[in-house]
Amino acid sequence: MSELRRPIESGVPDSKQFMHPALVRNYGKWAFHDRPRPGVLRHVSDTGEAVFTVKAGTQRQLDVFTIRKLCDIADAFCDGHVRFTIRSSVEFMTTDESKVQPLIDRLEADGFPVGGTGNSVGFISHTQGWLHCDIPGTDASGVVKALMDELVDEFKSEEMPNRVKITTSCCQINCGGQGDIAINVQHTKPPVINHALVAGVCERPAVIARCPVAAIRPALVDGKPSLEVDEKKCVCCGACYPPCPPMQINDPVHSKIAIWVGGKHSSTRSKPMFHKLVAAGLPNNAPRWPEVAEVVKKILSVYKADARAWERMGEWIERIGWPRFFELTELPFTKYHVDNWRGGRANLNASAHLHF
Amino acid sequence: MTKKMPPTPMLDQLESGPWPSFVTGLKRLAEGDEGKAHSGIMKSLLGQLEHSYQTRKGYWKGGTVGVFGYGAGVIPRFSEVAEQYPESSEFHTLRIMPAPGFFYDTKTLRQMCDIWEEHGSGLIALHGQSGDIMFQGCRTDQVQPAWDKLNEMGFDMGGAGAGVRTAASCVGPARCEQACFDTLEAHRTIINDFTDDIHRPSLPYKLKFKFSGCANDCANATQRADVAILGTWKDDMQVDQTEVQAKVRQLGRKEFINQVIRMCPTQALGLNDDDTLDIDNKSCVRCMHCINVCTKALEPGKDRGICILVGGKRTLKIGDLMGTVVIPFMKLESEEDYEKLLELAHNMLDFFADNALEHERTGEMIERIGLVNYLEALGLPLDVNMINQPRTNSYIRTDGWEEEARKWAGRKTSAAE
Repeated sequence: MSELRRPIESGVPDSKQFMHPALVRNYGKWAFHDRPRPGVLRHVSDTGEAVFTVKAGTQRQLDVFTIRKLCDIADAFCDGHVRFTIRSSVEFMTTDESKVQPLIDRLEADGFPVGGTGNSVGFISHTQGWLHCDIPGTDASGVVKALMDELVDEFKSEEMPNRVKITTSCCQINCGGQGDIAINVQHTKPPVINHALVAGVCERPAVIARCPVAAIRPALVDGKPSLEVDEKKCVCCGACYPPCPPMQINDPVHSKIAIWVGGKHSSTRSKPMFHKLVAAGLPNNAPRWPEVAEVVKKILSVYKADARAWERMGEWIERIGWPRFFELTELPFTKYHVDNWRGGRANLNASAHLHF
Repeated sequence: MTKKMPPTPMLDQLESGPWPSFVTGLKRLAEGDEGKAHSGIMKSLLGQLEHSYQTRKGYWKGGTVGVFGYGAGVIPRFSEVAEQYPESSEFHTLRIMPAPGFFYDTKTLRQMCDIWEEHGSGLIALHGQSGDIMFQGCRTDQVQPAWDKLNEMGFDMGGAGAGVRTAASCVGPARCEQACFDTLEAHRTIINDFTDDIHRPSLPYKLKFKFSGCANDCANATQRADVAILGTWKDDMQVDQTEVQAKVRQLGRKEFINQVIRMCPTQALGLNDDDTLDIDNKSCVRCMHCINVCTKALEPGKDRGICILVGGKRTLKIGDLMGTVVIPFMKLESEEDYEKLLELAHNMLDFFADNALEHERTGEMIERIGLVNYLEALGLPLDVNMINQPRTNSYIRTDGWEEEARKWAGRKTSAAE
């Protein structure tokens, strides 16, 4: 057998070798930016040089043919340089203003919607889903494609009060992160246990330790060591499923989709906020999830009509109050909205501040 | 033998509509040149994915696949329905770390495509949620040859499992006037000093670093990173009053008041009679709002640096946690500054490695032991910026008060010197 090759432990490469030369020239020297139109940014440096960025949406899960198509565009318009954003949009940069419109036309003609800047609905950050994940309750790629088809006009324009960041996650680990709107799988039944496999597959004490409500305990089932779940305690979070796949949490009917709103990472104006549950029990209705799209569009339309300029979703709701949010969105308010987890009293109204 | 495309009536419904379709991309790979490996892999994969859509269940399980010399970075996927879909029975992912800020030239991207067309499925996610290039869909025997070529290009493997993970950063000074430190340089310096902990995971659980140049936090660091490094400044923000007046004219006085003055979270702004801005810098919390609105008129101050928030994470196990301040300000310019940051990051990792429980994140560990114990262990000075407000319950033993008060006075004196 030939000798195995040792890895070159080089870490991340230097970004400057890949950057458009205008960015290298003006690195750290930027003076200001503006947005000539939706989907286009203009950054001007202290030297007066301007760089135009055209931003477009992608499908994130990219086949090599699509990547090569993006490369062809970058070669034609941007001297062979391109950048991706944290939410999988693609950015093309040029110093030549006359190239901006032809670049937009080319992207649109090749099927990449131009937008996602400023107060638009950005591309939905998403996770792997049925395509590749080992524990998914749904297919984030499909949910996102179906939703973006509905929201593309809001991606291509800047007509929202502020930017809207939507996320999706296929389980309660919530790889998608915080969002103005988060679309996450919410299981509603305890795991279904294949007792024949547990002893061979699962490290039982580690599985017991993962449960946030101490609902799992060791058990002997049909003479074999296994685990059992106290179904009265179980909150159906699915935390036991990754370390113990025989504890199947995904269910075609009982794994539902929940909608959360008002999360944000930034400290801009208000401090960072977690997203809050507003709707649950929506069916995991592949391939286009129409019930989810309906709720998301309703929330967006109310936010768009009612929020003030620069208010993020969570800030708008803090101003108008939750009673008004539920009234405007016509979503039912249930006992499941009331936080009874550790520290949950902080989410109750300890005041005489009331909305009527 | 030419294999047929599997029927995909549900997936087909994701090909219509204006947004780019990943299904169309998968089909193009499946329909491609019969000589290419991805044609067979993708026909099979489409079959399995359609089966998932029909039954509303996933059919991948993990396993153990890796490359020589590393203990992480390959995400193994074996199909549970391999009998029906044999050619995608092994569909592993290689996580490869991109350059900070996700910059590419097309030569590099094309080379990556060629490698993945030869050795993998031809499907690449740009990018995964941690910030990796996800080369998705590789047979076990192709993992090492694909990796060898990607590594020879100058790219290294990302993190997985209970180790340091691939980092993410905003665009930073490469294309943003608001960046208060060099996010790309900081990202590269930190991550490349932790390659051993990325490639040979042996921590209680994952540890993530993210870098954002200002409070806008475009890298989503505050809640998504165990260690969030955010740009800020100490002195007064910079103002061009002529540009302020121009902005007032552009928006109109009422809208300027609505969008700038009233939106300031600490009421640090006022509009003067001549339409210039009155700024109370002592009340300013560096939130970036007014700077975002008035990109020509306002700018962060000149005494720029970083703040560090520790402990962000999502739900499992104890519930969501935001990162909280452990370093309100430090400079990050000189070589000594970078060395100081590296030492601090290693101390954070070492303390986490020694003290966290199995599968416990940094934020959960701090929740369990208390912030004060964490600060004392790391030798970090207490600062009022670390709290929203002092404690509200009296369950605290205070018999060391005088000594603590002396320490505080001592720190104030040394800070003044």
